[in-house]
Formats: sequence, C-alpha cells, structure tokens
Amino acid sequence: MVNIEIDGKQLEVTEGAMVIEAADDAGIYIPRFCYHKKLSIAANCRMCLIDVEKVGKALPACATPVTDGMKISTRSEKAIEAQKSVMEFLLINHPLDCPICDQGGECELQDIAMGYGSDVSIYSEQKRVVESKNFGPLISGDMTRCIHCTRCVRFGEEVAGIKELGATGRGEHMEIGTYVQLSLSSEMSGNVIDLCPVGALTAKPSRFTARAWEMVQHKSIAPHDCMGSNILLHTFRNQVVRVVPKENEEINETWLADRDRFSYEGLNSDERLTVPMVKTDGQWQEVDWDTALQKAVGGISKLLSEQGGEQLGAIASPNMTVEELFLLQKMMRSVGSGNVDHRIGQIDFTDQDDEPVFPWLGQSIQDLENNDAVLLVGCNARHDQPIAGHRIRKAELDGARIMAVNPVDYDFNFPLAAKKIVSPAKLLQELGGILKALAATSNITLPTGLVALVINITIDDTHEKIARELNEANNASVILGLDAFAHPRFADLRAIANQIAVLSSSKLCYLSNGSNSVGAALSGAVPHRGPAGDTSALKGKTVADMFADKLAGYILLGVEAELDCAASAAASEALKQAQFVVSMSAFCNEQVKEYADVLLPIAPFSETSGTFVNAEGRWQSFEGAVAPLGETRPGWKVLRVLGNLFECTDFDYVTSREILDEVQTLTANTPLNNDMPWRCPASLVIDAQGFESIVDRPIYAGDCLVRRAGSLQDVAQKHQFAIRVNQNVATHAGLAEGEQAMAKKDNVELTLPVVIDERVPDDGVLVPSYLSHGSTTGEVTLSRV
Amino acid sequence: MTAITNYFKSLILVELFRGLVLTGKYFFRKKITVQYPEEKTPMSPRFRGLHAQRRYPNGEERCIACKLCEAVCPALAITIDLEERDDGTRRTTRYDIDLTKCIFCGFCEESCPVDAIVETRHFEYHGENRDDLYMTKEKLLAVGDKMEKQIAADRAADAPFR
Repeated sequence: MVNIEIDGKQLEVTEGAMVIEAADDAGIYIPRFCYHKKLSIAANCRMCLIDVEKVGKALPACATPVTDGMKISTRSEKAIEAQKSVMEFLLINHPLDCPICDQGGECELQDIAMGYGSDVSIYSEQKRVVESKNFGPLISGDMTRCIHCTRCVRFGEEVAGIKELGATGRGEHMEIGTYVQLSLSSEMSGNVIDLCPVGALTAKPSRFTARAWEMVQHKSIAPHDCMGSNILLHTFRNQVVRVVPKENEEINETWLADRDRFSYEGLNSDERLTVPMVKTDGQWQEVDWDTALQKAVGGISKLLSEQGGEQLGAIASPNMTVEELFLLQKMMRSVGSGNVDHRIGQIDFTDQDDEPVFPWLGQSIQDLENNDAVLLVGCNARHDQPIAGHRIRKAELDGARIMAVNPVDYDFNFPLAAKKIVSPAKLLQELGGILKALAATSNITLPTGLVALVINITIDDTHEKIARELNEANNASVILGLDAFAHPRFADLRAIANQIAVLSSSKLCYLSNGSNSVGAALSGAVPHRGPAGDTSALKGKTVADMFADKLAGYILLGVEAELDCAASAAASEALKQAQFVVSMSAFCNEQVKEYADVLLPIAPFSETSGTFVNAEGRWQSFEGAVAPLGETRPGWKVLRVLGNLFECTDFDYVTSREILDEVQTLTANTPLNNDMPWRCPASLVIDAQGFESIVDRPIYAGDCLVRRAGSLQDVAQKHQFAIRVNQNVATHAGLAEGEQAMAKKDNVELTLPVVIDERVPDDGVLVPSYLSHGSTTGEVTLSRV
Repeated sequence: MTAITNYFKSLILVELFRGLVLTGKYFFRKKITVQYPEEKTPMSPRFRGLHAQRRYPNGEERCIACKLCEAVCPALAITIDLEERDDGTRRTTRYDIDLTKCIFCGFCEESCPVDAIVETRHFEYHGENRDDLYMTKEKLLAVGDKMEKQIAADRAADAPFR
C-alpha cells in the first residue's frame, strides 16, 4: 500500500494501481474516453491528463502508476487547461450531428464537452469525413463520429477473442473498421455499442426508435441461458425498445451476449398471441378468457374422467419462471397426473432417480475462471452460454488448459489443449479411453464392472494428455453441455464423466438448457420428483415417454414442441394424434394451430413477475417492465385460475411473491451437490452404421422468443439451416457445396442445401434438430436431389 | 424636512394634478383607431403565432426528428414519431402540435437545430372543433409552404441578434 494525495484527499492505494483507479475508488471524477476498467490501458485519448506535483508535463491518469507520496491535482489550472485542450482537439473532427445521433443524450463526449469544451469553435477548416461501414444487422457504424479511443478494438482482442475490428492508417487518416468487408460475428459483439463513448457504434435494431431521455429503465434477468445475466430493459410507450447489461461482477461483469441483448425484438413480433383462441369444428375463433378457460378445463376434465390422469401430460419450457413451473406441477399432481416435465432437450432418462436434485454448475460462475483445467463434454459454451464461455476463456488466458470431447469441432475463442471430435456414438468410447488413461497414470483401481468395459479401448496420446492435465490440475472441472444432455445414452455418458471427475478430483458441472432448468428441477416440474427433490410426490412419465406413448391430452407451457424438443419429430406426431391439446404461450405459429385446441396467451418475461434460478443456484426475481400485450395475462395467474377451476386445494395465491415464498420454503435445505452413486453402464459401444446424425443447434434458434427476433435471425442467415458434412463425407456421398440434398432418418425426410464444414467428424452429418425422431442420433442416409 | 414637504404636497394634491396632466395630454392628442381587420398594427419579426414546418429550397423537409422540441415543450403539446427513411436519413413519420395545449412560448423554435419548426406571424386562425386545432405534420408543412417567404425574411431580420 502506498499513500497518495488526490485533490487534497489522503488516500491509501494498492501499489501498482493506476491513478485513475485510485481516483475512481475514492469517488474523484477524472474525464476519460479510452480507459475502461475491463480492458487494457491504451492511453490514447489523453482526456484524463492530470497535474502531478514535481512533474513538468500533465500525465495521463490511466497510465500513471501511483507512487508513495504522490500529490495529484485533477482540478488545478494546469490539469484543466490540458483537459480543455484535449477536448478541443477531439472536437475538431467530430461532427456536430448530435440531433440525429442515437447516442445523443447519453454520450460521453457530449457530457464531457459540456464540462470541458468551449462554446465557440475557432476551427474553420474542413472536417474529416469517414465512410460509414456495414458491420452487419446488429451494429450500425457511423465512423465519422469515431474519436479513435480503440475500446472496440481492444474488446475484440481481449474479451471476444476475435480480432474483427482494427485501426488502419495513422493520425488524421486513422479509421476503425473490419479489415475485410465482413460483419461482426462474435456472439458478444453487441458490447461494443456500450463501450463506444460516442455514437460511432450504435445498435441497429433500435436505431432511431427513442431518445435516451424518453426511455424508462427496468431491471430484469436475461431469459435465454442458464447464466441469468442481469439486464436492464428500456421501455418506450409500453414497448421494450432496447436491452443493455446491468453490471454484476459475479455473473456477467459488464458484458451481455447478443442473444440476450437483441432478442427483445421477438417481444414485439407479429406472431405474438394476444387473444385467447379456441378451435371449434376445425375453425379458430378469438374468444374471451372465460370461454377459453371453460373450454380448456372442460376438455381436460372430460379426458381425466374418461381415461385417467396417466393420459394427460404437461410439457414446459425450461425458460418459464419458477412460479409458473411450480404451479403447473402442483396443478397436474392435484388432478392426478405426475406427467410433467421440462427436460425437453434430453432423451435418455435411465438414471434420473439417482441424479442430483438440480443440474448445478458445481461452482460459482466467477469461479469458472479459476480453473486450471477444464474438460468440455458435449459442450459448446461459447454459443450456448456465452457468459460461461467468456469465463472459461478468461481461465485459459490465465494459463488453464481447456480440453474438449465434442461431436463437432466448435469454434471456440480460445485454443484447446487437446480435443477429441467424434460422432455421438463414439463419445462414450472416448470418455472410456480417458478414464482408462486416468486409471493407468495414477494407479487407481476402476470401480466394479468398468474394467471389462474399457478393456478393449486403446488409449492414444490425446486420452493420456487429457487424463494427465485433469490429474495435475489443482482445480479442474468436467463440464457437461447441451450436446451431452441430448445424447441418446446420457445416463452412461454422465456415469463415465462423473467417474472421470471423481478419479481426477475434479468437479462435475452442468451447463443446462434454457434459463431456468435449475429452477424447474427445484420447483418439481419433473416427473420423478416433487419440489426440492421430494421423492414421495406423484410420479409420472418423462417427456420422452409422454411423446412415445402418445397420450390423449397435452398441456404445453411456453413450448413449441416441434422445434424445441430434442425428439421433435416424435413430439409433433404425438401432438397431432392427441384428442385435446392446450397451449399456453406468448407466441403462436401454424404448426401449433394445427394440433392445439385451446390457445391461452401468457406473458413473456418482460410482462410478468417471476424468478429464474441460474446454473450456480442463484435465485433472481424480476418484475414486469411493460403491461401485457392485448389480452395476454401473466402465466402464474392463468395457472392459478386453472387450478381454481379444477378445484385444487391450496391454490389461492394473490401475488407471485406468495408462490415464490412457498417454493423457497420448500427448497431452503436443498444442498448444492452434484454427487451421484456409481452406476455401471451396460456397455460403451453404440452400434452405428453409415453416417450418423449430429444435432445442429444454431445459436439463434433455441427458444420461441429468439426465433422471432428479426435482427438475430438476419445474423443467423450465415448459419442457415443446412446439411453440414466435411469434404470426405461429401465426396463419399457424391455431394457438393450448395447442392440440394435429402437427409433421411427413420421416416423423416428433409431437403436442404449442403454446406461443406470441416468441423464435422468423418462419420457424421450435422442436421437441424427437427430431423430427430425419438433419438438425437442414428443413421442418416444422404442422397442428391 | 422631507416629511414636512411631503405633507404639504399631499395637501395641495400635487400627484393628482400630475396625473391629470398626462390624461389631458392624451385627451387632446390626435386619436389612432386601427380598423382591424382592414388595418393592422406593426408586428415584430419575432412574433409568436401559428406554427409552421419549413423546407429547404430543394423541397426537402428540414425536420430531422431530433425530438428536442418535444423534450423542451413545457406544455407537452408536441408528439413525434420517427423512422429511418429509405435513403438512410432520420425523418418524422408524425409531428403533431396540439394548439389547445400550446402556450406559444417559442421554446420549440429556439431549441430547433435546423430552424424547422417556427412560429409565424399568423395569429388569425380559428377552429370549429378540437381537431381543427390539432396541427399535424401535413398541416404544418402546408403553413410553412404558404408563408415561407415571410418566415425566411423574418429569420434574416432577426439573424444579427441570434
């Protein structure tokens, strides 16, 4: 610690800290443009010049380390003069277009010019003009406004991990842009909008919609991944028009994934369901809530009395709130059916009775970056949970070795120390190989039954390397991602992964599906357990069985089963044959209209109060930011009324808080624990012939909200639905890039263009999720059309 | 001493007679009667009457939808909606002034960075219902088109003082 003095204030500061950090901590304001606490120091804007005693020239506060006895003045005549001169230089080339600039009113340059600029310009020469650049559908670039602080360039290099933006030219001719004419492709690219201190980089979807001073800010939680990023919804005339991150050092720091930032566009989409609808004689009619609820309850009651509770199933999206999921399972169990599930991304449920109460991350999100070694198993953290991907990248930058056993060679923004890219059928074998290598290197005896399974597996260098790295690390994690959850032998995969974690003293971690898988499991929206893992609750069928057994009636909560479920083909078949289907959702599409009988419009996250529990087990509640659209009602209210109409007991909730209190009381003693008893797989071999299907999960197709976010869909055009194979497979099957091909699995056929993608392994075909029929894997036959 | 003087002054009604002198002056002066509406009193170029939206000489509307007038309006009489026009410029799709709310303070004109919204010398308008006094973008532009010559002359006359 050193003692310094800023503006006469005595401060004790950590050695090596920069003056600007010390000043920020002490609440002393120093103007700045290029300095950002999460980025490296550039010291190129010179706005933070300060006066240091016994130093001739003014020094930049962001690049001057504190020394003992330093006396600093931020407001002396010399400092102010220096700052004003810098301001004058910055304004020379900055256009006076604040009235048409989206940053106007929340612009750092505008604010600081109010304090340090002069009112009359003495500059009469020509101003610099730079051509506007096209950075894609999300970011609009008016580069004449750029003041060359290089925050966006440093963000690309240091945080996003892709060097997409850079500066070309020097001095007056310096320009920020993409080196080649490409749009920004990072999954976190939207953050440059927040970083840009001027209006050079602004959000394209919300361009010219509202002024900063007209919007009202509401706290909320991002509804797309299990990180639970804190966000601020900006509303204008009862519409969400912009989303920005809310700083939370423990979760998203100051960042936000593009999916969370731009998905709000879906909230205002034309496909919003705004009025309850019922189908009479094949015709859809808009009706009032009473009629719709009566019809829903009438249909379900008839079904219950004629065929019993086992013939009714409820499937919920893991993006629903804790309150909604709790009421759904409570209602279902009250009417005598345990068929309630939210695990729509999963197919294999064999080990569900032994599984932990909820899929925990095994550590806090912040701790992810303290790992020394990470093994990703069927996990594309960068796309599925960008905030987790960022933490893992930070760990890698800090020296951690990241390894992957994945069905596709995903483009991570960090180097992998070792990787095994194999089709899903061989994943188990590879994990078995790692386990064998682990046992060999550390002389541990494998648990019963396992020796026989791995005896035929030959260990190669990669297995050994992964085993060694996990073993040597003090702090290691084995992370199961969405590909692992969707694996047809998830139970076996989890058993082996768990064993790898146990033998190498690593943590077994889950990055689960949707924003609230943890909350759903805790509130009992699973068929094998009640709230908080209560094993005495009424049991029922899993989502896979509900579709395979073709029930008579279904209740869907926020799910578009034909697109969301891992077994999507089976789902749409089962729904089409069902006698009675009630769909509660904020959206509606033609497929839903085909199989549903009653449509109840429920509010999306921005219009209701609710709670999400993120992967680390953090409960985060939010309030509605805007009034529900049209006749839409919050989901928990609709479920409460349905519960009342079914005459369920203890269903008199007045606020969502009461429901939350009940769930929290029930789950108060649920431990954070991922331990599972050892369960020996029957074999590690999966029969596979020909090309195996690998499920493609495009980044912006994960849930009903993001599928309707126009700008994100424009970005996703680059990753359009296609049949992706590598060159070897293409040659073998006689296909060429751009050709139309038909992929056929079981009875489902799909005709799509072929894309040659070297990330796909030699025996696999990457196909969109809706080719899956019961199983996510299996043989695909390819043929030219 | 002053107190005594004032006392005597009040006794002999000095103030009263001074007042009557002024009255007398006007009483015998020549009378001016403006025969409104045939005749009108002179008007300042800064007169704040009916609003108008101006155009550039090439016919392009001036307003860039910056919303400063909407923000500054103390009577909340202005409503603006905007869009990015096909040529990439920022334009209003709706620009309404509710004259029944407007207090004619002239702040909108003062805040406008492009001299688009102005208050003209025209004050003799009327409406037979509320709608007539609700100025839409089309109506405002029509006023501007009609009065542009005078508006421009008034701005020019006032320019040295702005």
